[in-house]
Amino acid sequence: MSSASLLFDVPGPKARIRYRVVAAVSVLVLLAILAAVLVRLGDPANNQLTAEKWLPFLTPGAWTSYLLPGLAGTLIAAAISVVLAIVFGLLLGIGRLVQVRWVRWACGGFVEFFRSVPVLMMMLFAYYAGLFGLGISGSALPLFGVVVGLTVYNSCVLAELVRSGVNALPAGQRESGLAIGLTPLQTLTTILLPQAITAMLPSMLSQLVVILKDSALGYMISYLELMRSGTYLATAFANLIPTLIVLAVIYIVLNSALTRVAGLVEQRLRRAPQGVAPQHVTAGFVPETAAEPDVPLTIMPPPDPRPGRERPRHGH
Amino acid sequence: MSGFETLFGEYNVFGAFWVTVQLTVWGALGALLLGTVVAVCRVSPVGVLQQFGAWFVTLVRNTPLTLIVALCSLGISDVMKVYLADPDSNTFIVDNSFRWGVVAIAVYHASFVAEALRSGINTVPTGQAEAARAIGLSFGPTLRHVVLPQAFRGAIAPLGNTLIALTKNTTVVATVGVAEAAYMMSNMIEFNSSLLYWIFAIMATGFVILTLPTGLLFTWLSNRLAVHR
Repeated sequence: MSSASLLFDVPGPKARIRYRVVAAVSVLVLLAILAAVLVRLGDPANNQLTAEKWLPFLTPGAWTSYLLPGLAGTLIAAAISVVLAIVFGLLLGIGRLVQVRWVRWACGGFVEFFRSVPVLMMMLFAYYAGLFGLGISGSALPLFGVVVGLTVYNSCVLAELVRSGVNALPAGQRESGLAIGLTPLQTLTTILLPQAITAMLPSMLSQLVVILKDSALGYMISYLELMRSGTYLATAFANLIPTLIVLAVIYIVLNSALTRVAGLVEQRLRRAPQGVAPQHVTAGFVPETAAEPDVPLTIMPPPDPRPGRERPRHGH
Repeated sequence: MSGFETLFGEYNVFGAFWVTVQLTVWGALGALLLGTVVAVCRVSPVGVLQQFGAWFVTLVRNTPLTLIVALCSLGISDVMKVYLADPDSNTFIVDNSFRWGVVAIAVYHASFVAEALRSGINTVPTGQAEAARAIGLSFGPTLRHVVLPQAFRGAIAPLGNTLIALTKNTTVVATVGVAEAAYMMSNMIEFNSSLLYWIFAIMATGFVILTLPTGLLFTWLSNRLAVHR
């Protein structure tokens, strides 16, 4: 890390010895913690490290009847939600930038409200609304709950990404679009959005990690994803702790791979010859100073009611 | 308005949200402490500690909170019998699951706090650390007196976003039966399913009320405390 090298000088002979001592002590402390955990896990009265608790993972049955169906459930829910979230996120994001005031306010209100509500609550609501309101039944119901919960929340996050992506573009992009005679909406869709979406690609990919992790909440509404199939497996083989560790490894491998892809995309974008800075696009509640735009909230100038009349110009 | 009255009459809505607030406060304190330690490890001059910090962040950030909560409450507490409350006390079950919930929330969000702080440390210009070294401060004092105070002020915005995410994520401990807002919501729906829309409106509004002031406060703080350069 570049930041690390700023905080200390290249060590001299004394400092090098001190660092070595600190390193040795911290290795000892970490090893001691690890040993304590292993001793506790291997306690003969309640042994979690016996072969019989771990061997099930080497049999095909554990994978074909439990883990793989669960993994498929997780991936299906995540994939459907991603596609829907991108569609609705784009629509909501455009809605927040158009000229019609009530559309802007409606989309803004929707986004601000639903990104404050926990995903779990939306899943619970969607599950029961699907059951009582829409009469969905069977195995489609939990999937409906998970997908609706994930889609509503993440489309709000993506809408914010779209908005902050468009706002982070240089003002000249919008101005030249309008200057060559495009309508405001054409400017948005043909000039601003393509650039903004490229800039937000890494953040969108990181959002995929969030969706994948949040799909584990489907556990609560009995959707058969990795967590739930894992608990069935743990009940069958009486090996809860080994199962949770294996599940964690699966999630970590999947999500690290996604994060790696996001990093590669970001690197490629950095190298691409365009004036878009992908790292400043965020969808947080608290705007980060770098993402603070000095572009108006909507993409066009306020409409002049009487064209041809001279109005005092005020820059922003 | 009958639905409104029924729900507030039959359920202690404020009590459930009070548990949510407590989970948030304790979880946030734990996450801030642990996250700071991890961030310091990541920028320390000792390779082993850097590795430890990097591993902690990668492992924890890529694991679902649901899984961490299950590991703490079902695994460590129920299977390994490691309790965080006195097993003989009357409130053992409630206290124990609440405290393990706080631990899970704190550990999970510590990785986000560590990342926020590291980005804060990156906003501190090189000259600051160089000047600190030039007047003879070593790594510890440089960090404590010069870099970290500025890093915290630069990291206010991402820290605020982490706190808001943490507030919403406290609902995950409902999966192991801590009686907070989402747990109450699922109980409410089970017994008063005809009031589904009321229930969602009330509980969702509760979270808007919790997160909105936090967002405004942190936006104000980040403008006010930003180090002007």
